[in-house]
Amino acid sequence: MMLDQPEPQTVAPPEHFISIKGLCKSFGNAVLYDNFDLDLPRNQLVSVFGPNGCGKSTLINMISGLTPFDSGEILIHDKPIRRARIGYVFQNYREAMLPWLSAYDNIAYPLRVRGMPEHECRDRVATLLNTFNINLDLKRYPYSFSGGQQQLISILRALVAEPEVLFLDEPFSALDFETTLFVRDKLQEIFLTTQIPMFMVVHNLEEAVFLADTILLLSKRPTHLVEMVSFDAPRPRTLDTLSSRPFVEVSRHCLDIFRQEMRK
Amino acid sequence: MNTALSTPKSQAKSRFWRPWMNRLLPLVGVLVLFGLWWFVAVSGWVNPVLLPTPWTTLGTLLTALTTGTMMTDLVASVGRTFSAFLLAAIVGVPLGVLLGSSEKLYRSVEFLIDFFRSTPASALIPMFILFFGISNLSKIIIAAFSAFLLIVFNSAYGVMHAKQSRILAAKVMGANPWQIFKDVLLMESLPQTFIGLRSGISIALVIVIVAEMFIGTQEGLGKRIIDAQQILNVKDMYASILITGLLGYTLNVMFLLVEKRLIHWSGK
Ligand SMILES: Nc1ncnc2c1ncn2[C@@H]1O[C@H](COP(=O)(O)OP(=O)(O)OP(=O)(O)O)[C@@H](O)[C@H]1O
Ligand SMILES: [Mg+2]
Repeated sequence: MMLDQPEPQTVAPPEHFISIKGLCKSFGNAVLYDNFDLDLPRNQLVSVFGPNGCGKSTLINMISGLTPFDSGEILIHDKPIRRARIGYVFQNYREAMLPWLSAYDNIAYPLRVRGMPEHECRDRVATLLNTFNINLDLKRYPYSFSGGQQQLISILRALVAEPEVLFLDEPFSALDFETTLFVRDKLQEIFLTTQIPMFMVVHNLEEAVFLADTILLLSKRPTHLVEMVSFDAPRPRTLDTLSSRPFVEVSRHCLDIFRQEMRK
Repeated sequence: MNTALSTPKSQAKSRFWRPWMNRLLPLVGVLVLFGLWWFVAVSGWVNPVLLPTPWTTLGTLLTALTTGTMMTDLVASVGRTFSAFLLAAIVGVPLGVLLGSSEKLYRSVEFLIDFFRSTPASALIPMFILFFGISNLSKIIIAAFSAFLLIVFNSAYGVMHAKQSRILAAKVMGANPWQIFKDVLLMESLPQTFIGLRSGISIALVIVIVAEMFIGTQEGLGKRIIDAQQILNVKDMYASILITGLLGYTLNVMFLLVEKRLIHWSGK
């Protein structure tokens, strides 16, 4: 079920789902990124953690093509950004949904703008809901759902067009604790089922480690990569993972690095 | 359950009455005003020729509406107000949306709009008479001009202040500029556009009434009020003022109702 004809596979699948070379970005005189390089192994869930205002949102927005950059190169699966199919989950679901459309029309919007016929859209959305066991009355308007359900709807909207990468900018930060657990589990389920690589900005260190294969620790501005930490606990990760030794060790390690960075 | 002592029966009673009482609250002010009016009218402080009692006024209003010529005047004023409003909306909304979607375009006419918005429309009436004479069209165009300024300004403002995040969301979902314009910008501007439309029809009514008084006409509430005042037919004057107020209020409520249904997401 592909949207466009799959491109003829000539060689082995790309080694990296995102690869950045010599990226430079400034706002006025403030240098944010200067010659920034990054390669992310394919099929991974990568989370990004760093001090406030270091440019995490700017980074995710540049990679997803929402913010232009000054120079350098960004490739998604070895292609330029505009040729990649991207899903994006915004931090503030309230300001990213189209409240004049029903939840269904919101989810189907990425299909509609590509000119997909209505019956196909319906099938697509139905399949999506089935795959992830989601039972919502989609005739309702987004604002009539709870926060967690709204964020889930925006995740579905980002998934419906079968993106090859999913970007999430602080997807849990507008949610309360209980809903965070719910949305996080759904997200893990989605990752396990679809195998879509994900690039996620997170503002809480444990949150960053919990779901990730790789944690990117960023420095203060001008921003560079301090360390790429791997975390390979088995999936699905559960509440037990939180108290397992590898998790505690990796979290401690990340925290130490973060503290050192802040002292600089 | 307000007090521990209330019996089930009294609770049921208060539950029945409370919603009604709340709904009747707005009438309190009206009754107080009518009471005061009546009191002043019968107290002898004011010459009864200048101030009839509320009941006499309401009586005059009813008879004038049902048997007299007030209906003709009402219809004439409503007709002018709506023509002016429609004219203003048909030109104003698309133009406002267009201006709003280009920062440069808007900046280049911002001063003009703000200047004319700050000029009392009544000050322009003589100028319009020069151009359009004292015809019916003239009154409609003056009113339309004032409404137009409000509508253009609000539509443009609505588009300019559309949430950046929704535009980005549409962009990342693959919408092209035209789709972003019609699916996001236009919809985002609707709440503000409606504010413009609502203030637009209010100002249209104001200007129509003033123009009817100032320019003169065969029929119209403005003309009726000023004529009644000239020949000291105060009962009819008050009745005409009342019906004009009712008209303005009804227009406003009508728009609020439509707005609430159409812009269901506003404030959520
Ligand atoms: N459009 C812009 N114009 C000027 N400066 C900007 C712009 N966008 C971001 N910045 C600045 O760039 C820096 C990085 O912003 P960014 O939002 O990417 O940081 P962040 O790491 O996501 O922060 P947070 O932890 O608050 O989410 C900040 O200092 C911000 O003020
Ligand atoms: Mg951010």
